[in-house]
Amino acid sequence: MIRPHRSHPLWYAFLLHRLSGLGLALFLPLHFYMLALALTDPVRLDGFLRFTEMPLVKLAEFGLVFLLAVHLFGGLRLMALEILPWNNRQKTLAGGAVAAAFFVAGCFFLKAI
Amino acid sequence: MLNLRLYMAQRLSALVMVPLTIGHILVMIYAVQDGLTVSEILARTSGSISWFLFYGTFVLAVSVHAAIGLRVIGFEWAGIRGRMLDLISWLVFAGLLWLGGRAVYAVTVAGGGL
Repeated sequence: MIRPHRSHPLWYAFLLHRLSGLGLALFLPLHFYMLALALTDPVRLDGFLRFTEMPLVKLAEFGLVFLLAVHLFGGLRLMALEILPWNNRQKTLAGGAVAAAFFVAGCFFLKAI
Repeated sequence: MLNLRLYMAQRLSALVMVPLTIGHILVMIYAVQDGLTVSEILARTSGSISWFLFYGTFVLAVSVHAAIGLRVIGFEWAGIRGRMLDLISWLVFAGLLWLGGRAVYAVTVAGGGL
């Protein structure tokens, strides 16, 4: 059964960021290994680059570039939430939370003394 | 599972990679036109200290970033804990740094007179 928090759109944003990161991390060793062939075995690398001309491989490359771009933009969203200054509404809500807490604790304190 | 140092390393490596990733995407879109060959790649990158620094920094940052990212996934989704988690994180970091370093060396330094 799908739990309620998983129907939230931002849960999908989290999942997309995680899965794209996982996919990129798994792809990187292969990417690096093939590029290093430019030094050790350029003929084999050229053969592989010809293989990448196939339409299906092009489609897979589209997928990889999409993963990279979506991880970049998802990461920017995450860091904007964490680092950028809050807007006035968010500041008001945060200030309101402190004020409400002060009021509740003040009620308790006045009854306690 | 993540201490402050690892959290900061994850965010700092991400910030470093923002311009590098945008640059890499632009290079890919430019370079993929008419297909790729080894000689075409090397003509662009070989002997270039700029590309060496660009992709050298990229490899270092992505090694840190992917090692910490996989550490979080290993903890949350695979239930890996303690020393095993540390060991896997370091192995991912060292492995990516080694493979990526070889790739950057191959296309920039080797045969390019750097």
